[in-house]
Amino acid sequence: MTKKKSFLEFVSDTRFIHILLSIILGFLVGAIFLVIMGISVGGAYGRLLSSVTGVKGFSYVVVYAIPYIVVGLSVAFSFKTGVFNIGAEGQFVVGSMAAAVVGILGGALPKPLLIPLCFLAAMAAGAIWGIIVGFLKTRWGINEVLSMIMFNWIAFYLSNFIAGIPAIHSDGTAEATKNVSANASTLLSKDFINSMGLCPTANWGILVAIAMTILVWFIIEKTTLGYELKAVGYNKFAAEYGGIHVNRSILTALAISGALAGLGGALQLMGMGGRISVFSSQEGFGFAGIVVALIGCSNPFGVLIAGIFYGALMYGGSKLNLVGAPTQLVNVIVGTVVFFIAISVIFENLKRIQRRAPKTQAPANTEKEADKT
Amino acid sequence: MTSFINNLGIILYATLIYTTPLLYAALGSCFSEVSGVVNIGIEGMMTAGAFTGTVIAYFTGSPWIGFLCGGLAGAFFGMLHAIATVNLGADQTIAGTAINMLGPGIVIMIAKVMFNSTDTIPLEASMKIPRLFRGVFDTSTVFGRFMDNVFANYASTYLVFIAVLIVWFVFYKTRFGLRLRACGEHPQACETLGINVIKMRFLCVCISGFLAGLGGACVTMAISTQFRPISIVGQGFIAIAAVIFGKFRPQGALLGCLLFGFCSGLKVVLGGSSGINMQLISMIPYVVTVIVLILFVGKSRVPSANGKPYVKAK
Repeated sequence: MTKKKSFLEFVSDTRFIHILLSIILGFLVGAIFLVIMGISVGGAYGRLLSSVTGVKGFSYVVVYAIPYIVVGLSVAFSFKTGVFNIGAEGQFVVGSMAAAVVGILGGALPKPLLIPLCFLAAMAAGAIWGIIVGFLKTRWGINEVLSMIMFNWIAFYLSNFIAGIPAIHSDGTAEATKNVSANASTLLSKDFINSMGLCPTANWGILVAIAMTILVWFIIEKTTLGYELKAVGYNKFAAEYGGIHVNRSILTALAISGALAGLGGALQLMGMGGRISVFSSQEGFGFAGIVVALIGCSNPFGVLIAGIFYGALMYGGSKLNLVGAPTQLVNVIVGTVVFFIAISVIFENLKRIQRRAPKTQAPANTEKEADKT
Repeated sequence: MTSFINNLGIILYATLIYTTPLLYAALGSCFSEVSGVVNIGIEGMMTAGAFTGTVIAYFTGSPWIGFLCGGLAGAFFGMLHAIATVNLGADQTIAGTAINMLGPGIVIMIAKVMFNSTDTIPLEASMKIPRLFRGVFDTSTVFGRFMDNVFANYASTYLVFIAVLIVWFVFYKTRFGLRLRACGEHPQACETLGINVIKMRFLCVCISGFLAGLGGACVTMAISTQFRPISIVGQGFIAIAAVIFGKFRPQGALLGCLLFGFCSGLKVVLGGSSGINMQLISMIPYVVTVIVLILFVGKSRVPSANGKPYVKAK
């Protein structure tokens, strides 16, 4: 096996290159749309690039990326364990609301106590939301995709309902909750932000996101729990035969995945939003998490990078209208990237067919030889 | 009694309004899922249909050309999904997610360029899908008002119920339907019998997009009068849920959509009269769906080959 790979083989073998190619194709398709619409490609992409570079621009990107990374980890974790957590949206929402309630009502508590409390409340809420779905699945066999879609909306209206409770609701006219206490905020100090030239919402949530990335990697790759969850994901029946409690594994996987999505909600609230508005439609963080997990190939570190990439596109995209290009261009780019990532499996399929072709003659003989001896 | 009949009429009217787009999309989802291709891109296909339908109706002045083009726009995205998943063996969830980003992304971008706004210009009454049996019933009587609420409905609503019958017939009474279902259960066996699995699935995913597109179009061309980015918010996913609820059968999907539509109708009446918090009332359809699942429906058997890319044996 010392044979050197040809360039084509290298390209078709490396997942990273597939993704890089997909990203290039995504921008190419975006450029085609820009040309059709008669908007300068250089102008639009130049604006996109200049918005996300520099200390201030990149700090915005990182702030945007925090919830995407953590929700992406949640979805990636669920993929690894064989469930498709389309319910991250709902878990994000309940997590965010739980953190808001704790952050508002417990406002008098000191910072080192209140912040962990908010995180814990959010993770617990997200985990419960995941466990309910898991329980419906393991107890009554109810399809998890179906119940997750339902629970996303239940979470959405529950959050709107809680936002309207007098103790939580804003004192002013805004259709939103009160702001969480300053003690529950993860914002960096004003002086630090000013001296570094960061964006006004710069916060240390990214450190939590990085810590979670390492933790998820550790759980999946280095622990018995991760091994069991993966085994159930690969083949439920084989895992059960191997002595793993399948139902318990599904519940654990959904609880961890839900806790991560809930934490994403808390980080977004405590770093950026400060309060929760009454929404008329879902915000789509769960959906963004699915996209980030897919671009990151469900690998925790891949998700970290994909989250930053997604954050950059979303923040850069919001500045596109300054040069007359529609903001939705970034959605088209990301959609195209995901589309090409989806079809990049063609390389693997091609290889399988290529490999199969000579096999039909050679191994047949060797097996006969083996039989003789 | 009078108010009860009035309310019942309003509930049924709202039920039909909510059910129609869901049912189109759910029938589409049936085609795709039963042939063995997971299609979570329904939402994106609906959005594409909603926008295209409205714009074409606006420029041609004909609701029916618009409605048809809405379906075709959905079918176009269905075709993209089919090329990726059926021909190239892509992961169906990933490709569907891509469609959900591309569909809305592209149409809202076009809307921005065409109308300099993310909303389209509202349709005039003549460009909307017409309501049938308008003025047939005497609305001055209680009974007449009830009949008017229930039967003087959009043509698209009548069409979708006919479509359910047709899809049911195609699925269970024709050779095409038998082959379609077989493709989702055991594609290898189909291939040995000379059925072209790739072609069957390709066609089914395109049909699925077409129906989803029609569903989207009736949101913007019947219920409302213009396309807005929030026209389609989650209906596609609810339709998928209805199909799982209905155990991947068109008649089951009908029940799922009607249940959901009825609860949404209930919401309209309760929200107006009862004084219970609106946000809690809005939860009813979702909570009821889960409860009904637990009590009456239980496990939904997914077609065996659903979600698995089919690679033709060499």
